[in-house]
Amino acid sequence: MSDYNFAYLDEQTKRMIRRAILKGVAIPGYQVPFASREMPMPYGWGTGGVQVTAACLTPDDVLKVIDQGADDTTNAVSIRRFFQKTAGVEVTEATAEATIIQTRHRIPETPLTEGQILVYQVPIPEPLRFLEPRETETRRMHELEEYGLMHVKLYEDIARHGTIATSYDYPVRVEGRYVMDPSPIPKFDNPKLSGNPALQLFGAGREQRIYALPPYTQVVSLDFEDHPFVASKAEHDCDLCGASDSYLDEVITDDQGNRMFVCSDTDYCRTRRAAGLVGRLGGEAA
Amino acid sequence: MYVAVKGGERAIDNAHAWLAEVRRGDRDVPELTVAQIREQMTLAVNRVMAEGSLYDPDLAALAIKQARGDLIEAIFLVRAYRTTLPRLGSSAPVETGAMAVTRRISATFKDLPGGQILGPTFDYTHRLIDFALAAEGADAAEPAMPAVDKVEEVPHVMEFLNKDGLIQSELQEGAQVPDLTREPMELPASRPLRLQALARSDEGFLLSLAYSTQRGYGRTHAFVGELRIGTVAVEMEVPELGFPVEIGEIELTECETVNQFTGSKTEPAQFTRGYGLVLGQSERKAISMSLVDRALRWRELGEDFSGAPAQDEEFVLMHADNIQATGFLEHIKLPHYVDFQAELELIRKLRRETEPSDLAAEEQP
Repeated sequence: MSDYNFAYLDEQTKRMIRRAILKGVAIPGYQVPFASREMPMPYGWGTGGVQVTAACLTPDDVLKVIDQGADDTTNAVSIRRFFQKTAGVEVTEATAEATIIQTRHRIPETPLTEGQILVYQVPIPEPLRFLEPRETETRRMHELEEYGLMHVKLYEDIARHGTIATSYDYPVRVEGRYVMDPSPIPKFDNPKLSGNPALQLFGAGREQRIYALPPYTQVVSLDFEDHPFVASKAEHDCDLCGASDSYLDEVITDDQGNRMFVCSDTDYCRTRRAAGLVGRLGGEAA
Repeated sequence: MYVAVKGGERAIDNAHAWLAEVRRGDRDVPELTVAQIREQMTLAVNRVMAEGSLYDPDLAALAIKQARGDLIEAIFLVRAYRTTLPRLGSSAPVETGAMAVTRRISATFKDLPGGQILGPTFDYTHRLIDFALAAEGADAAEPAMPAVDKVEEVPHVMEFLNKDGLIQSELQEGAQVPDLTREPMELPASRPLRLQALARSDEGFLLSLAYSTQRGYGRTHAFVGELRIGTVAVEMEVPELGFPVEIGEIELTECETVNQFTGSKTEPAQFTRGYGLVLGQSERKAISMSLVDRALRWRELGEDFSGAPAQDEEFVLMHADNIQATGFLEHIKLPHYVDFQAELELIRKLRRETEPSDLAAEEQP
């Protein structure tokens, strides 16, 4: 590919994005507006993440791309190919080997380490958006730290359902200041946001926002003393590798109501099986 | 036994190959050329250029061919290409008063300097399918095209009203025009930024919004003061030369509406304006744009916000771009099974918690 610059974006655009990233790192959880570009994939399909990744990539990087925790979902394949084609960087499926991981909807199970960058694709960066549709209003609410509306929403959940009825995209507070949208990760992943040694970057292309969690940032999931936050998952072990600590996908196996549970993180599951760990149905699978 | 789904890469390759095949269609039918699309699907080409924000008929025609005629897909191709182009500079403002018009009508004056020129319009055609067009080669004979008189100067209609002070003067908001493709949209937006966003926004969305103002959701009583279509010269200041140089010509559609007046006991009543300017020939869009522009000016003109969608700047500007809209809409096709699984767990938990108490409630009476 000689038609395009390294990692597709021109250097001026990358500089603009890096500035937004640096500002985001300086103010953890604050949404920095940036002049998002039209990318050759549709808005809503990871253009924010792709732009952040493009701005961070160097020729020595090793890139991993996951969607729903898996390396081989179609959109993850498409984005990985995009960077193979435009940046020629090495790619991997192993979480520990990657220097940059672009993700949609999951945080890998394998703990991240210092020096790694986790790039999230974000559809709606504004945690208050569904309580207040106007950007002009929500920006003011953040300025004034006016987060009462969010607590009222969580309280109403408890009043109606007896529990906080948010299972993914669960709002967090960053270093006691900004309420932040962690992107639509299951709330099971929320504890991994806090004190993470890796740099976490969030890119929302269509909404033109970038925000960041520098390494070891304190991130607290919103809750009440009498209704504490609980990171939940399916109450099963992985049927392939037997893991009891990983987030599971439910797979319908026939029309008789049978189903099985497998790790959503394909790299984690494969690594465990390679180490000889076997789940309930793992022995039968090829 | 279940094996985790694999083979995303091969599936994508196969899908692309299939797409290429259906794009070509029946191979017994000759392939469309880009030139055919450019010359015979002009209005589609114009729409792709306008909403793609790039004046390049050949590229737009190629995009339409590649997109199998899906214009939003074609616009997307053009936009994604456009964003990679270097920005060499800005042209001088085009002078639409000096436009070489092919069409120019005013709905507010029966006759006026420059005259009414219908031009190539569908307006008074009867919408009857012309089966003669189905006969190939029937157009071998050139239609008798009347000799067009050399069009003299065609001054803007609005200037006649402006001379008498009957219509508000437009303020010069400074020379620096914002560029929403290089800066994030900031709200509230200036009028130049709003107009820029409207010029590249979805024709259908703008049409419906404009229509809603006509039906009373933010009514502005619009008359088409003038609608003109034609070519204008694009000039650029070259620093080494110190004077503007013509670098080409583009076709534009411009619409200016005369709207209900403002005024008070101290200020004399004046008509107000709405403005639309679109690349290529697209009068539906230009008229829609001027109606929506006018509706969005309520604050500046001291009107009330009636809650109408077309008056709501944030609503209009944040939802007018069809490339953003279609991308986000269609992204729900992507896998969401992680989120859905979280919802499944939650709903099962909620049901477990309510079921026993439901049973208890039934037993009590």
